[in-house]
Parts: sequence; C-alpha cells; structure tokens
Amino acid sequence: MNFDFSDEQKQLRDEARKFLADRCSPATVRVILEGPEPYDRALWKGLGEMGFLGAAIPEAYGGVGLGHLELCVIAEELGRANAPVPMASSIYLAAEALMLWGTEAQKTAWLPRLASGAAVGTLALGEGVGRVTERTIKAQMAGGKLSGVKMPVADGDVADVAVVAAREATGVSLYLVDLAGPGVSRETLETIDPTRSQARIIFDGAPAERLGEAGQGWRLASDLLDRAAVLMAFEQVGGSDRALEMARDYALERMAFGRQIGSFQAIKHMLADMYVAATLARSNAYYGAWALSTDSPELPVAAATARVSATQAYQHCAKNNIQVHGGMGFTWAFDCHLFYRRANALALALGSQTTWEDLLIERMRRRNDAPAAA
Amino acid sequence: MNFDDTPQEAAFRAQVRAWIDANAPKELEAELKQATFGNSGLTSGDPIALAKAWQKKKADAGWACLHWPPEYGGRGATPIERVIWGQEEGVYGSLGGLFIIGHGMCGPTLMAWASEEQKRKLLPPLASGEEVWCQLFSEPAGGSDLAGLRTRAERANDGTGDWIIRGQKIWTSGAQNSDYGILITRTDPDVPKHKGLTMFWLSMKSPGVEIRPIKQANGQSGFNEVFFTDVRIPDAQRLGAVGQGWTVSLTTLMNERLSIGSGMPTGFPELFDYCLNLQTEDGPAVDNPMVRSRLAQYAVKASGLKYTGMRAISALSKGETPGPENSIGKLVAGASMQELAMFALDLQGETGVINDPRHAQAAQKFQAMLLRSPATRVEGGTDEILRNIIAERVLGLPGDIRVDKDVPFKDIPTSGRG
Ligand SMILES: Cc1cc2nc3c(=O)[nH]c(=O)nc-3n(C[C@H](O)[C@H](O)[C@H](O)COP(=O)(O)OP(=O)(O)OC[C@H]3O[C@@H](n4cnc5c(N)ncnc54)[C@H](O)[C@@H]3O)c2cc1C
Repeated sequence: MNFDFSDEQKQLRDEARKFLADRCSPATVRVILEGPEPYDRALWKGLGEMGFLGAAIPEAYGGVGLGHLELCVIAEELGRANAPVPMASSIYLAAEALMLWGTEAQKTAWLPRLASGAAVGTLALGEGVGRVTERTIKAQMAGGKLSGVKMPVADGDVADVAVVAAREATGVSLYLVDLAGPGVSRETLETIDPTRSQARIIFDGAPAERLGEAGQGWRLASDLLDRAAVLMAFEQVGGSDRALEMARDYALERMAFGRQIGSFQAIKHMLADMYVAATLARSNAYYGAWALSTDSPELPVAAATARVSATQAYQHCAKNNIQVHGGMGFTWAFDCHLFYRRANALALALGSQTTWEDLLIERMRRRNDAPAAA
Repeated sequence: MNFDDTPQEAAFRAQVRAWIDANAPKELEAELKQATFGNSGLTSGDPIALAKAWQKKKADAGWACLHWPPEYGGRGATPIERVIWGQEEGVYGSLGGLFIIGHGMCGPTLMAWASEEQKRKLLPPLASGEEVWCQLFSEPAGGSDLAGLRTRAERANDGTGDWIIRGQKIWTSGAQNSDYGILITRTDPDVPKHKGLTMFWLSMKSPGVEIRPIKQANGQSGFNEVFFTDVRIPDAQRLGAVGQGWTVSLTTLMNERLSIGSGMPTGFPELFDYCLNLQTEDGPAVDNPMVRSRLAQYAVKASGLKYTGMRAISALSKGETPGPENSIGKLVAGASMQELAMFALDLQGETGVINDPRHAQAAQKFQAMLLRSPATRVEGGTDEILRNIIAERVLGLPGDIRVDKDVPFKDIPTSGRG
C-alpha cells in the first residue's frame, strides 16, 4: 500500500507547475476572460509540445504513453493555474472515448491530432435544462446521418470532433462526428465562466460513425464520465489549493484594527475549514486516481466520491477566498472571481452535485448488494 | 499510488488473519457488534477483565502495540503493518478502548522521555494491558489553556529530592481503572506559565491520590476528578528536566492527535446500513433523493478521512514525522458524527426520541452517538483549538494575541467577572 504519487510523478508535477507559471499567468487567463478568443491557443499548443495533452495516450497514437496517474498530476496543475484550455473536453472525454472504443481507423485519424493539440475534441451529451439521463437523449441517427440539438457542449464552438450520444433502433449509442463536415451549425453561449467556452450545436443530417457497441451508448457515456470525473476532481483540487493560498496570503498582508486580518480567529478558522475541505478532497481524489489507473471495480464509487468531495471543496474555498478579501474580492481586477467562476462552472460540468451524490449512493448500495468478492 | 497489498503485505495480512481466526474471543463478536458509541456493549462478563484478557493474549503472541520495539513489548512492525492489523482485528479492536490513552499517549511519552531502565520496566506491561495508564493533564482552571494549570509540585524539604504534589486534575478518563498516570505540574509560579511546568509519572495507588468519578452528560462515568493531597513522587519519576514540562506535554498531545484522530469513527457505515433497511412509505429510506444527498455528504467525509489517514501512514513509512495536519481527523469526525446522529433521529420521526432497548434495537446506536458526540468535539483539544493549530502551524497564520504570555504565572487574573 502506498497512498502517494511516485517521485517521478512529483517531478512531472513540478515541471507542469513551472511551465504553467511561465505560460499561464493570471494575466494570460484574463486575455481569454475579457477578449474574443475562446481559449488560449498558444498555451494549448505548448501543452501539446510538452507532452501534457498526450500523457495517457499511447505512443503508437502520438502520445507519450505514460498513464492516468500522470494525467491526474497534470490536471491538478491546470486547475491551479485556471488554465483556459479545452483539456477536459478534448483529453478526459474525447481522447479517452477513442482510446476505449475507437476502431483502428478512428484512433489513427484523431488521437495523434488530439495529443498534439492540433485538433480539439468534445462530448455532446445533454440537450437542455436539468439532469441528463438516457431518456433525455432525443438526437436521432438515421441512415448514417445524425440530427438533433445538443446544449451545452463544452468547447463545442472550437472542437473539431465530437462524441455524440444519439438514438437509433437499438437504443442510445455513441457516434463520432467531424464537426467541420456538413450538417453542423453551432453558436457560442455566454456562461458564468468565459475562460471555458460552451456552445449549442445543431446537427442536421451530419454524417456520423458509431463509436463503441450499438445500443450501449448510455452505459459507455457513464463509464466515460466516471473516468473524466476523477481527472476533473484533480483540477478542482488544484483550484481549491490555489484559492486557499490566495486567501492565506491576503490574510497575512491585509491589516485592520492595527493587526493582520489573519490574526482574527474568524478568519483563521475559515481558512482552517478551507484546508480541511481541500485535504479531504485531495485524499478522495487519490483514491479515484488509483481506481482509474488500475481499472479497479471500485472506479464507479471512487469516481463519484472524488467528484462530490472535490466539488464541495472547490466551491467552499473559492467563495471564502472572496470573503477573506473583503471588497477587494468583489472587484473585477482581483483574481478571486476567476476561481469562483471556475469552481462553479466545474461543479456543473459532467453533471451536477446532486446527480453525483445520487450516483454515489446508488453505487455504494449496489456494491453492498453484490456478493462479497472472493 | 497503490491501494493494494504488496506481496509482503499480503503475506503479513494472511498471518494476522490466521492468528485472529484461531485466537479471537468469537463468543463476544455478537455483543461487540451491538456496541454503541461510548459503550463497549459487553454484558456477558466484566468489560475490563475481557479487554485485559484479549490484550494479554495478543501480547503473548507478539501482537500488542506491534509498532513498538520488541524490547518495550512490541514487535517492531511498520506503520503499514499496524494498519493491516487494525483492519483485520475489526470488531475485536473495540475491546482496546481501555488502553487507548496508555498506548496512544502515555507510552510514546515514556518512550521519548523516560530512562532506559524505566522504559524496559514500564512499557511491556503497559503494552500487554496488565497495567493501565491515564493522562493527568486538564484541570478545573483550564483544558485548552493547559499551561494555566495550578497543581503544584514542590521539593520535599527532607533532602530526599522527592516531590510533594498538591492540587486537582479533572476529566481524567479511566483514572478509576488505572495503575499509573502521567502528571503535569507547576514547579515555578514566578516565571511565565509555559516555563514553570514539570512532568512526572506516578502510581495511582500512591498515598494521597483520591479519585472521584464524574457523571457525564450521557449518563456514563468515563472521566474523573483526581485530587492530590501531599502525594510524594521520587525525583527519578520526573520526565524531562525541571521546567521542561511543556515540551514534554507536546509529545503526548501530538501523539494524542495521531491516535485519536486516525481511524476515528464517523458513524457513516452505521447510517448507510440503517438507511438501506429503514422502510418508509416510499420504500427504503436510501431511495429518497434527500436522504441520498445527505448520505453522500457524510460518505465523502468518511472516505476522505480514511484516505487522509492512509496518506499520513504513507508519509510515516517514508520516515516523515507526523505533523499538525493530523488535527484534521478528530475535527472532521466529531462534527460529522454529531450531525449524522441528528439526521438519523430525524429519519425516525417522532420515535427518534426513543432510547429504550426494548423498542429501538437498531436505532439506539444513533441516540448514543447523539449523546456522546459533544464530547468528541471537546476531548483532546476542542474544535476551536484544532482550527487554531491548523491555521497557525499548517497555514502559517499569526498566533492569537496572548495577554498572559510574558506575565509571571502568579500575576495572571483568574476570573472573567469583576
Ligand atoms: C470525554 C472527555 C474525556 C477527557 N479525557 C481527558 C483525559 O483523560 N485527560 C485530560 O487531561 N483531559 C481530558 N479531557 C479534558 C479535555 O482535554 C478538555 O476538556 C479540553 O481540552 C477543553 O478544556 P476545558 O474543558 O477546560 O474547556 P475550555 O478550555 O474552558 O473551553 C471552553 C470553550 O472555549 C473555547 N476556547 C478556549 N480557548 C480558546 C482559544 N484560545 N480560542 C478559541 N476558543 C477557545 C473552547 O474551544 C471551548 O469551546 C477530557 C474531556 C472530555 C470531554
């Protein structure tokens, strides 16, 4: 038993942190927040060159062939830096789906480009307000052509390829759609976190190829979301830690009533509670990382655990970071709101907190009913 | 990152499992499973005798305090092996409640500060449970403000070098069952409070020691008042230098947080089980979305604590010393058990109030948790003190303003009113 990353993995983390300190300062995040660009293309390219995008993609498909533990380490750093890039959509979801279920031709066509950052992928699952379930998937597949409206699709405005859930006679399946092809129109949506874009995509007879087993689309999508949830939890853990650090630094610097505000117990205890939430989330994320990297039967429970805990921690740390900063925390100029926006956007990406809470308990219950492993 | 056993760990686990299977008091298993928080659940015999019998059996086979060096009654096991032992001991581990303070706090303090000869004499019977120890720290004047203690130790004026103890301790868990205790005293009231303290160990049978049980808010009597009337302690029983008591006490308190904090019960497995079985008008309670949401919140706290503990063990295995971050265990477990107990009672509707063994079999656990959990948030450092520790020693925030820090102890005011 060893509940820690290896020295090599920690070295990779230091490398990623250094790279992002150089290339993804809060000022560069603000360029995306305030400008017309949907994501930081230069940073994205750099992440590809560093091998960070392809960390878990096999070398045969243009990746670095490390593994998911390494990808977790990188995800945490991207979360810390609030990186404005389509990592989750392209790597945790699209590349992951292709690696799991892609045919040789599909993998060869897309994985090398996703690994280098030359192409962006995404998952188009939900179609409107509320929890996404199998029944809410209305998009139709007929004669190799896909039609329907997907919203929101993370990074859907910039993606080159999408994994799309749609219905055919056999039930829901996943399909791969080249978004540059015919029958695709899209619009960018305004969101609470402009550093990560969202789109509405209208498919109107778009050519599509099936990805994975027919009629198993919902099960596959759930498996995919579990894997992404672990990686996302690391982004959230990274963000939590950074928000806590910002609050701590400000508490040491800001004076009121002739003393550092960090000497008031109300502030100290608020920070202690942020630390507690972030620490529990980190430990749960490690459990998820292990389950993901070993394809453990524990993964459904571990992923939901990591996810629920990380969402809680990041929202808690991000909102109290603003509180510690007082009026400054509510200015556009201070970075607190970047983390507040991101925390609340990530809390919804891949499904809301109540959805994951529900999944967690359902899965624990199923595990409980299953006959004990031999 | 590997949550599975290595081959050596698996072999060790098999060895532990086989020994427990052959030796555990299986006749007690059913009763132990009925245990409620704060009560061993044992009715078929004297709980203390049963606890001591199991501990002695373990000690004879080398399984007591297994992480201690063999010469002090352990087997020099690694931190991970200790975890494996705990997992395998399972329900029988709850027989060890009597020894938590001795093994978790007094033992490590003796190991750090007693003479070699004393360690060889005192530690093996402490490990084997033949001798029970208690911690005589808190006083009426202060638990959080431990350094404000008033129990005096003065040199006997007969040239023996012995010390004469006068004063009172309070909240001493298990004093009534203890053979020995570690005792922190004031030897110099003319210097600031942290500087005038000295630590000793003593026999609880010493003339002049009087123990009076205190009835607790949950109706039981686990803790006591202990009075010292001219109790004589030889100088050889001093731990650390005269005036060094504060430093010595930090050894105990750090170990206290490690041993109380790691593997603390949160009540979650019991609540989950209860919700699986509780039938409501709409089916089992666990089907209700509101129940699920609450369960999930407790679930991630329980697992977060478990894996935080395991990360600490991994760090310990690599030779890192356990630090103030271990304060998190008790802070989370105490508060979460209290909330969870209230939630469990709420699920029972008006019958949640019933605490009658004839009518509330399964549920009684939560009533006991409700009534015991306030203590968890106080004992061994209150929630507020733990938050201060995290804020100051983990996050590096300024210490509280201490108006009494540089004042000679005898000049510190003692009452908040007038
Ligand atoms: C079940 C139980 C078993 C115990 N067993 C033992 C034992 O075996 N041996 C032993 O020595 N002691 C034992 N204790 C005592 C325990 O350590 C003390 O009760 C505890 O440290 C609190 O001290 P106090 O009771 O004096 O409360 P106080 O220190 O008076 O605290 C009262 C309130 O003030 C708050 N407070 C105090 N100081 C601060 C501060 N600086 N900042 C913010 N808030 C503050 C506290 O958090 C608390 O809410 C036990 C207690 C319990 C409940």
